[in-house]
Amino acid sequence: MTEKNVVQTIHDTLWDAMKDDDRVLILGEDVGARGGVFRATAGFLDEFGERRVIDTPLAESSIVGVAIGMAMHGLLPVAEIQFADFIHPAFDQLVSEAARIRYRTAGDWHCPLVVRAPYGGGVHGALYHSQSIEAFYGHVPGLKVVVPSTPYDVKGLLLAAINDPDPVMFLEHKKTYRLIKGEVPDEPYQVPIGKAEVKREGEDLSVISYGLMLHHSLEAAGRLQEEEGFSAEVVDVRTIAPLDKETILDSVRKTSKALVLYEDNRTYGAGAEISATIAEELMLDMDAPVMRVGGPDIPAMPFATPMEHFYMPDAEHVYQHMKELAKF
Amino acid sequence: MATRTKEQAASRYQKLGLSEQDLLSMHRTMVTARLCDEAQFRLNRQGKAPFVVPVSGHEGCQIGSAWPYRKSHDVFVPYYRDMGVCLVAGMTPRDVFLGVFGKRDDPSSSGRQMPAHWGSRCLGIVTGSSPIATQIPHAAGIAYAITYRGEDAVVGCWFGDGATSEGDWHEGLNFSGIHRLPVVWYCENNMYAISVPLSKQMAVKDVAERGPAYGFEGIVVDGNDVLGCYEASRAAVERAREGRGPTLIEMKTYRFHPHTSDDDRTYRSREEVEEAKRKDPIVLFGNYLKELGLADDGELERLRSELKEQVDAEVEAAWNASDPSPEEALNHVFSQGESNEQRVGRTTGRAGSGEAPGDASILETTGSEASPAEPPSESPSESPR
Repeated sequence: MTEKNVVQTIHDTLWDAMKDDDRVLILGEDVGARGGVFRATAGFLDEFGERRVIDTPLAESSIVGVAIGMAMHGLLPVAEIQFADFIHPAFDQLVSEAARIRYRTAGDWHCPLVVRAPYGGGVHGALYHSQSIEAFYGHVPGLKVVVPSTPYDVKGLLLAAINDPDPVMFLEHKKTYRLIKGEVPDEPYQVPIGKAEVKREGEDLSVISYGLMLHHSLEAAGRLQEEEGFSAEVVDVRTIAPLDKETILDSVRKTSKALVLYEDNRTYGAGAEISATIAEELMLDMDAPVMRVGGPDIPAMPFATPMEHFYMPDAEHVYQHMKELAKF
Repeated sequence: MATRTKEQAASRYQKLGLSEQDLLSMHRTMVTARLCDEAQFRLNRQGKAPFVVPVSGHEGCQIGSAWPYRKSHDVFVPYYRDMGVCLVAGMTPRDVFLGVFGKRDDPSSSGRQMPAHWGSRCLGIVTGSSPIATQIPHAAGIAYAITYRGEDAVVGCWFGDGATSEGDWHEGLNFSGIHRLPVVWYCENNMYAISVPLSKQMAVKDVAERGPAYGFEGIVVDGNDVLGCYEASRAAVERAREGRGPTLIEMKTYRFHPHTSDDDRTYRSREEVEEAKRKDPIVLFGNYLKELGLADDGELERLRSELKEQVDAEVEAAWNASDPSPEEALNHVFSQGESNEQRVGRTTGRAGSGEAPGDASILETTGSEASPAEPPSESPSESPR
């Protein structure tokens, strides 16, 4: 057991995976000599060589497209998209190709691909270094979309993603990279894709969240207990697709109140699907309408600090909503 | 031409290392593709086939360029017009029509995709989609994996002239040049992307001019000359196999039918189409066989009737084959317990109706070690099922 932050955990997990299995290789922009702009692959080039740590041309569609080809011929590529904001040129490769290869061949071909992408705001990233992209891909059958929030889950889900026979979008909230630390077992283990987890038990309301917002929820839940005496249950979604409805519904069935919290633009965000699921399944169990908190519907978060803060729900903001729902 | 002797004519194929039997097999495959095309177009007009992708006119460039590849060893990355490429790779007329009718045993997709969206892992035919040029980076990635794994296979990737305008086309060729990958790029330039003529697709005369921009050679060949396509392709495949990197081969040809099951009269004249048919690759190759004394008009006609009878029987059999069950639509979104191990050509999975090899160690065997000068002598369509 070692205490690590999120990005160190990604680094070490990839390192171990490459040590264990020479089918695993890494490709992306600046992953080699630079070791990744967030240093997730620092030292990899020296250790594994340029055949396994490929500095690609600056061309996202082919980073994914080439990785698909590798995946179709015996390799387990882990492609890095430098910022999730830049993944859009690869949308066609992900949606038309990776997601459909198994389906369109009735299982004759498949695509064991991992695409890592740092997403999310709160880092002065403005319009093009802050976006949340999980809803675009969560909508696509054939893609798995994971959003781990703790170092423990990062390691377990990354190993699960690399070993998964289907394409997995591995989304890393970049603000958590150095902010969030936790104990990580040294030996390999997997956290199952498609399983949410209750990160804090409670009775009075459920908060369903992921990414940076999960940490705000946990902080606000502690304060709510202390200051108001309400106990909030916090559910970490962990996988956007396929969604673990059971864990979410079990929690809300118990507490009868649900706050769905996400950083993405509110409309059509992943939280909309979660809210709809709760509303459809549990209407008669609810003591309050589902409360949904997301980013405002503006193109992205602006650069200037006051406007960025205005966009991002923070722990205070989350606390106020939790209190309101608890008192409903 | 009229003045050259039979020996002079023969020296051409002999220099290419081909036998008389090879020539007859190539011709037979071309005629089979043409007959399948005529049949599918007829079925389309009869309302029995909702969608078809014609191949007529492209038989020479497809069969000539695909011929040097080692079946079930090398990798074929076709686009939707490549029925001829797929027949060389080992698909059968039965397979073609199982796809046309969307039947359960369609080897490409079990009735999930539109016809002509080829794919078969055991035949080394990489599954394709409808968006244009998305297969180009896949071909580069497979070629990278081949090199990485220390194999000697070569990837052939086919596309039309329209594909060359896509970003993925540029990105894939660029990647292949940087890493000197064992891949050959084939442009079947039929002068139109549906209706848009070349002059509105690019400002240069030849697609091949772009090869040097990616660090490798670009070659123009007459796409109606099956042996010319074979010759260029064989040399490029050899280069790729020896680790000397990619080649771009532009094969100039013409499509006799509309783009798909549509109408081409709004953008090209009947005169233009009729003029192009004077360079029909099958007629030209038939003339060569006659010159060599390998066939006369009567024999060519007999071959055509024989093959037509066989193709018609395959249409009938495919028409009567089982449909997929409706609920099957829900399967194969994600793994149903399969492992993540996967290689081209390495499968015990579906081989379509043909008796294609299902050997789990195809890539490791040396059984298909026909040298490039001795391409597979057995035509995939010699006995259409």
